Amino acid sequence: MRPPLAQRLGHARRIAAVLLSSQYAYMLEYRAEIVLWALSGVLPFIMLGLWSAVDAGGGLGMSSLQLARYFLSAFVVRQFTIVWVMYTFEEDNLTGRLSPYLLQPLPLVWRYVAAHLSEQATRLPFVAMLVGLFFLLYPAAFWWPSLASVLLAMLATLAAFALRFLMQFTLTMVCFWSEKASALERLLYLPYLYLSGLVAPLALYPEGVRNFAFWTPFPYMVDVPARILAGETVPVLQSFAAMAAWAALLLPINLLLWRRGLRHYSAMGA
Amino acid sequence: MAIVRAQGLGKTYRVADKQPGLAGTLRHFVNRRERLIAAVQDVSFAIEPGEFVGFLGANGAGKTTTLKMLTGLIHPTSGTVEVAGCVPHRRQAAFLGQITLVMGQKQQLIWDLPPLDSLRVNAAVYGIPPAESRRRIDELADMLELGDELRRPVRKLSLGQRMKAELLAALLHRPAVLFLDEPTLGLDVNAQARVRSFLADYNRRFGATVLLTSHYMADITALCPRVLLIHEGRLFYDGSLETLTQRLAPCREVRLELHAPLGADVFASYGDVEAIEGREVRLLIPRERLTEQVGRLLADLAVVDLSVSDPPIEDIIGRLFHRGALA
Repeated sequence: MRPPLAQRLGHARRIAAVLLSSQYAYMLEYRAEIVLWALSGVLPFIMLGLWSAVDAGGGLGMSSLQLARYFLSAFVVRQFTIVWVMYTFEEDNLTGRLSPYLLQPLPLVWRYVAAHLSEQATRLPFVAMLVGLFFLLYPAAFWWPSLASVLLAMLATLAAFALRFLMQFTLTMVCFWSEKASALERLLYLPYLYLSGLVAPLALYPEGVRNFAFWTPFPYMVDVPARILAGETVPVLQSFAAMAAWAALLLPINLLLWRRGLRHYSAMGA
Repeated sequence: MAIVRAQGLGKTYRVADKQPGLAGTLRHFVNRRERLIAAVQDVSFAIEPGEFVGFLGANGAGKTTTLKMLTGLIHPTSGTVEVAGCVPHRRQAAFLGQITLVMGQKQQLIWDLPPLDSLRVNAAVYGIPPAESRRRIDELADMLELGDELRRPVRKLSLGQRMKAELLAALLHRPAVLFLDEPTLGLDVNAQARVRSFLADYNRRFGATVLLTSHYMADITALCPRVLLIHEGRLFYDGSLETLTQRLAPCREVRLELHAPLGADVFASYGDVEAIEGREVRLLIPRERLTEQVGRLLADLAVVDLSVSDPPIEDIIGRLFHRGALA
């Protein structure tokens, strides 16, 4: 017989608390590495420099200030939507660490989710410092987003992280069949880079490309939350509905591959 | 009623079949060939609650594959398996809460944090209340002679300390069935003895069922009244260690220390000469003639010291695997 709901919720809360706190302690051990990761995510700033130099925004209805705010927002969104589950899972699979986790009565995915959220918490102060440095160097770009925009942007960023995590975790299932499945993620990084809005706001893209992009999940991973944070007009409901639709498509595929993968699992390295 | 039951268990792996060299690599790239390897074939046995069973076999014999099937990590290709009333590969929470598998020393502890952090996680995952988990940690730490080590990062622990901490983490939820794959591998003699005595103590105190694989025969002889022997994926012996020794070693070893060295021909009528080193002689004498021959040796020769023992079990099993005379 299943325990009552309140008891199950209490159990889940306790697991979440200890997983997050232990993973946060673990991530703090690697704080120097995380600073380097945060620094390596400055692509939006480089793109800002490039687009500003050619005054790309001007001709297409984006002022230099809007462009600066967009890329700063894209940097922040990117920092909290970075997903690396495939690389960790692949390593755990090859080294045999997956086996003891699979033998515990906790779905494996929550360990990785906790690791990502803890890593984001570790990253937070460095991101704040970089944002502060940006405004110090470019004070004209400073703005106070409204509380509603901040909350909505946080929600959109969280949804973007969930979608990106689900997408990569679905691809990760290939690790059950291939020892080097992470090559797939590297391949997928190209459309992500181009269509997510990391290299340029999608508003600057030719209409055909932009329309195509919004049929993929990528714009919802950077462009949409970044534009919300930057105070741009965004079709919020439509965007959240698109994210939900992608999640609804990916989730059953993920579950199916997970079940099939477990049947195929050979417990390597153990 | 058996707590572990395997019936006709089998596992076949598909492995790549590649020839060496560049030509072999290119051929393999355009025309990938695979072949089937039967890692385990038609293995059947049952283990009663509280039993301590040794699982013996050479490298690649199928021990670890069998353990993986018993824990549900891999699906059997054929046959059925039931552990604690559950089908392992269904991985129901009720099953996972009753078993544990220890394989090597780098498993579930978080490498850069003290073991206590990993133990907190395990306690939450298995739903052990905080006060109860503290009590269990103290109890198991006491049995394992672990103290401050639980507050040091795992990476700073010695191999022996790490193994003991892994055992603690694996047993915190007090599993009814323990699958232990080489738990003393790489440990020094003292650490091996401590782990061994802990396992015996745990089995006695909690009535846990244990299936243990080990390359150290001292583990098997000290802990396992019953052994399963597997060779090339097939089970060919299931019974007491004592019977196995008697069946496979019909002779006992007699060690003599003499007043003065003697030639090998002198001992021909007593038994088979294993070795002669100066005044020390080792003979193998059939069990049924042991009393008579020892009496003759003492009467006929100037013996300073005499002892009788079974040949080391590793020698017996080593010879057995080498001979391939198994059935």
